[in-house]
Amino acid sequence: MGRVVVVTSGKGGVGKTTSTAAIGAALAKGGQYVCVVDFDVGLRNLDLILGAERRVVYDFINVANGEAKLSQALIRDRRVETLYLLAASQTRDKDALSEEGVARVIGELREMFDWIICDSPAGIERGATLAMRHADQAIVVTNPEVSSVRDSDRIIGLLDSKTLMAERGERMEKHLLLTRYDAGRAARGEMLGVDDVLDILSIPLLGIIPESDEVLRASNLGAPVTLNEAVSAPARAYLDACRRLMGESVPMVIPGQKKPFFSRLFGRRAA
Amino acid sequence: MTLHPRQQQAISFRGRSLLAFVLTPRAPVAAWLAEMDAWLDRSPGFFNAKPVMLEISGLTISAEAYRAMIGDLARRNLRVMAVEGAAPEHLGDDLPPLVTSGRPASATALLDQTARPDPQAEARPEAKPASLVIDANVRSGQSICFPEGDVTVVGAVASGAEVIAGGSIHIYGALRGRAMAGVSGAPGARIFCKKLHAEFLSIGGAYRTAEHMGSLEGRAIHARLDGADMHIVVLE
Ligand SMILES: Nc1ncnc2c1ncn2[C@@H]1O[C@H](COP(=O)(O)OP(=O)(O)OP(=O)(O)O)[C@@H](O)[C@H]1O
Ligand SMILES: [Mg+2]
Repeated sequence: MGRVVVVTSGKGGVGKTTSTAAIGAALAKGGQYVCVVDFDVGLRNLDLILGAERRVVYDFINVANGEAKLSQALIRDRRVETLYLLAASQTRDKDALSEEGVARVIGELREMFDWIICDSPAGIERGATLAMRHADQAIVVTNPEVSSVRDSDRIIGLLDSKTLMAERGERMEKHLLLTRYDAGRAARGEMLGVDDVLDILSIPLLGIIPESDEVLRASNLGAPVTLNEAVSAPARAYLDACRRLMGESVPMVIPGQKKPFFSRLFGRRAA
Repeated sequence: MTLHPRQQQAISFRGRSLLAFVLTPRAPVAAWLAEMDAWLDRSPGFFNAKPVMLEISGLTISAEAYRAMIGDLARRNLRVMAVEGAAPEHLGDDLPPLVTSGRPASATALLDQTARPDPQAEARPEAKPASLVIDANVRSGQSICFPEGDVTVVGAVASGAEVIAGGSIHIYGALRGRAMAGVSGAPGARIFCKKLHAEFLSIGGAYRTAEHMGSLEGRAIHARLDGADMHIVVLE
C-alpha cells in the first residue's frame, strides 16, 4: 500500500509545485514507484515542470468523474521509468472535483504506487482541503518570512482537523520544508532564521532548500531540479530531504553555514 | 364546564446567558474610533459574529453624536447588542437596549434613580471547578473558547489564534496570539505564559495590546487585575 503525502503551504508561490516535482523525481530515481498528482485545478503547473504539458490527454477530473480510466490518464515520465503524473485540468474549475471521485482515485493509486505525492493549491479553501483529505503525511512548504510561516501554522491546524486521519483521531506526521532560503539575507537579518521558524511551527525539519537560479532554469526546461541539475545545491538539499522522508538520518546543513546544524527540534516528536 | 388542562397555547420563555465583549468608548470619540480602526486592521474580523456591548457611563455624549457613533460602529461590522450606563436620551426604538449588570433593565428603572440593583442578586452563582487542558499547539486561525473555567495549553498559541477562558489561562509555551481570561466575570482570573509575544491580553475589561508589552516581550509572565488595571509581572 502506497503512502499518500500532501505538499501544502497556505500561502501561494512558496515552492509547492517545485518541491513536489523535485521530491517525486528523486524518490523515483531511487527506484520507488511514484505518482505526483496535481490538485491545482484551473492553474495546473506540475505538467510544465515535468515537461509533460503536451502529453496530457485525460486528467484527474476525467478519472474522478468516470470519463476515463486511471491507466489512460497516468503519464509516464520520459526520463525516469517509475515516475508518473496525474495532471489537473486547466479548463475546469476547482468545484469539478467531487469528493467521492477523489477518494476512489486515491484508493486506486495506493494499490499501484509506493508514493502518491499531492501538489496542493494555495489557500485554505476546498481545493487545499481536498488535497490534504486522504493524506497519511504532510510536507509543509514554508519560506522564511512571517506571512508564510503564519499561513503554514494555519495549514497545520487544518491538517489536524480536516483530514480523514484527524477525523479518525490519529495524528498526522508533518514535515517542514523550508524553501527559497537565502543565506545572505538571513545573515543580514532580513529573513527569519531557521530556529525562529522551527520555534513557531514546531514540526520536524525535513530540509532547507536554498534560493537558487538553478531551480528556475530547470523549471523552464521542463525538468525537476533533482533530474536536471542533480549536483546543484538545491538538488542536493532535495535529495537529502528525500532520504529523511525514507527514514534515514542525514545531518542538516544550513545554507551559508559550514557545520551541520543539529536543531533541538529536528527529529523531536512535535504536534 | 370541562377543564382542558393542555388547552392553553402557552408562550414559552427561556433564559439564556451569553458572553459579550464590552467596549468602553472614550472622548473624543473620533480618536477612539481611529484606535479601533488600527486594532481592526491588525485583527480583521475579530468581532465577527461576536456579541458586543457598550459601556458609556463615563462618556458625556449628545444624543446625535451617540447615534452617529452607533452607525460608525455598524459600518465596521460591529453590531452593538446592548448598552450599559446609558442616559434616557441614548435610548430609542432603533438604538441598542439598555442593560445593567449584565441583566436586562427597563427604562423606568433607570429614570427612578433610587432603584438600585439588589446586591444579593448581583452575586454570581458559585462557579464549579472546571478546566480544559489542550495538549497541542493552538494554531493560527483556531479559537479555544471555554467560558466554564480555566484553560491550560501545553504548547504555544500562534499569531492569529485565540484562547478565551471564563477563568485563568495557563500557556506552557509562547503566546503569540490573543488570550482573554475572566470573560465570565471572574476578577481573580489570571494569565500565565512561558514566553510573551502576545497580540492582545485581557482580563475582565482590562486589556493590553502588542505595542504596550515593552520590556515584557519574550519573558515568562503572570498577568492579573489590580483594581481595574492589568498588572503584569515577570516570572523567574
Ligand atoms: N529554491 C528556489 N529558488 C529560486 N526560485 C524558486 C525556488 N523554489 C521555487 N522557486 C520559484 O518560485 C516560484 C513559485 O514556485 P512554485 O510554483 O513551485 O510555488 P507554488 O507554491 O507551487 O505556487 P502556487 O501556490 O501558485 O501553486 C517559481 O517561479 C519557482 O521557480
Ligand atoms: Mg503550485
